[in-house]
Amino acid sequence: MLADALRSTPDGVAEALALVDGVDDALVHGLARIDEERAAACESLAAAFAGTPLGDRIADAVGKIIAGTVTDEHLAALAGARAALLGAAHDALQSALDTALGRSRVAAPAATVTDSGQLLAGSRSWLRELAIAGWRGVGHELAAGAAQPVQSLLAGPGTRRLAVLLDGLAAELRSAAPVATLPRVPVRRWADLWMRALLLSQEGYPGTGVTPADGRLIILGVDLHEHPTVFRAQAHALLESADGTVRLVRTSVAAAKVDTISGPSAWRMLSAFPIFRGILAERRTAEITGMGLTIGGDLIWDESKAAAGEPADPFAAARVRLGAAAAMPVAPLDRHPAALAEPVLLEGYGHSDGGFDLGGGVTVALDLDRLPAAGPLTPALAAASTACLGLLRWDGRWLLQPLAVQAVVKKKPVTVHGGDWALGPAEAKAAKAEAAAGTAVDVLRERAGRLLRK
Amino acid sequence: MTTDGAAYERRSAAPVIAPVQPRKLAKVPFVELADGRLQGVVSSGSDVERVYVSSITAGDHGLSCNTNNNRPCGGLAGGSRACNHLRALADAAVAQYGVDRVARYLKADLPDGGDDLWAGLHPATAPNRAAEVFAGFLRHLAYLEVAPTTDPLPELQWFPAAPAVR
Repeated sequence: MLADALRSTPDGVAEALALVDGVDDALVHGLARIDEERAAACESLAAAFAGTPLGDRIADAVGKIIAGTVTDEHLAALAGARAALLGAAHDALQSALDTALGRSRVAAPAATVTDSGQLLAGSRSWLRELAIAGWRGVGHELAAGAAQPVQSLLAGPGTRRLAVLLDGLAAELRSAAPVATLPRVPVRRWADLWMRALLLSQEGYPGTGVTPADGRLIILGVDLHEHPTVFRAQAHALLESADGTVRLVRTSVAAAKVDTISGPSAWRMLSAFPIFRGILAERRTAEITGMGLTIGGDLIWDESKAAAGEPADPFAAARVRLGAAAAMPVAPLDRHPAALAEPVLLEGYGHSDGGFDLGGGVTVALDLDRLPAAGPLTPALAAASTACLGLLRWDGRWLLQPLAVQAVVKKKPVTVHGGDWALGPAEAKAAKAEAAAGTAVDVLRERAGRLLRK
Repeated sequence: MTTDGAAYERRSAAPVIAPVQPRKLAKVPFVELADGRLQGVVSSGSDVERVYVSSITAGDHGLSCNTNNNRPCGGLAGGSRACNHLRALADAAVAQYGVDRVARYLKADLPDGGDDLWAGLHPATAPNRAAEVFAGFLRHLAYLEVAPTTDPLPELQWFPAAPAVR
């Protein structure tokens, strides 16, 4: 039963995260200033890897870092150790959930290797400076140091992923600088982002090959992501092939933006994807032909390989097909508890403060930070819901992010999906606000036209 | 920023940047709290090709206002009385971030519940930072020209879209 998986944390997860915390705490005051307590925590990390293939490299790196030598190679080993622990925690959590949901998962094959060349040195250098200074040592100048690497990575082929990540971290550091006086430091979060960026900055990071896929795509819901310079809509969907197999996939479209473009008007930045936005807003299926699918279950959206299909009810589809759909494996280096986002359909639950009561004394908390202004879902709708399609996430505990709800509002049944506003808000008040905010896009484009090409 | 469950320090999705409020951009297309300054760009009332680059330093409250061609603003004229561009910049910042956040960043002393930012500032003159700030604005605008992408971008799981300001 799902409740059983949500009730307890798998063995070993707490211990793995305690080792991660030791590294994270060392990054708060910087690797240039490791006190005895931090040194002991880093040594425990090295000890945990003794006898593994990474053991010698990590022991060597930790020893050198404590002695005051911080090179790119040592940092890569430290980040690798941290990633391995979080990857193991991810596997334990995911496997508990898969068992509870009766979800089968395809095995992961070996990965191919990418080549991003010399663009990565600038990124590594900024990340090294951050690690040495520590979060508390980040001032305005260091926070702004990512601007150059981000600009070249945004323009480079195959380096968009790293560019978007670095830009998100840099924006947070810029807004928090000088971090020395920040009341509370998001220790785990910044270490996560730093670690992933450092791994992506290594030569030969494993890439994702794609194979062409055909079939009918039934959207379960859409998850919206954003930082000051990106907006992304990621749909979770069932892909039905002609041979009758059903796979759980994701597909997404993202656009660069600026901080003043946010809320419902951010959808305007995705104007290059009318079919994608249309199937979300009109709740339709899509017929796809020869669209690239990664082994990790990411369908690389291509408007020329998609056609809008029939109207479809995601709740009905989930009731019939979600239970038996095959889940795809997670790419080895992407494994992290924060990457868990497992689609589930919940019905027949009770309501408790800020959560759903699943019975048997188990309550799953709602992830209210993930009810975006760019969509119509609200905490009140979740509280009035009788059925919910959502993503199960883990951030120290299990959380449910609603993607769609069936609810009773003013004694009338309503169904609300997070993607309902993909072509603009339907509700009058929100539509008016969107129209006003939407002119922001036009104003900035006009300014760009006049000033950029001087 | 507190929550039940894991402490803020131990959450991967801990929120860091507060959502910004939507505002009209025609007069002040760009404003940011960065590099120890409230800084931004104000459209000229008379010439569509011209913008003013204005800034107020945190702590010292040093004022600076110049055109994008690096001519000094006649209204400020190197003094410490804010010109209309600086007032528009401050208004835009308050609309975007709220008066509390702007006052905290600039280290302006406002009485409890005070909403007039200028009452808490002790303006002085400051060196010209127009070139730097204008370069930042051009970088900002350049994002609108970056092509969209359909790459899976797994790290965006750490970046939920901004929740409604409740």
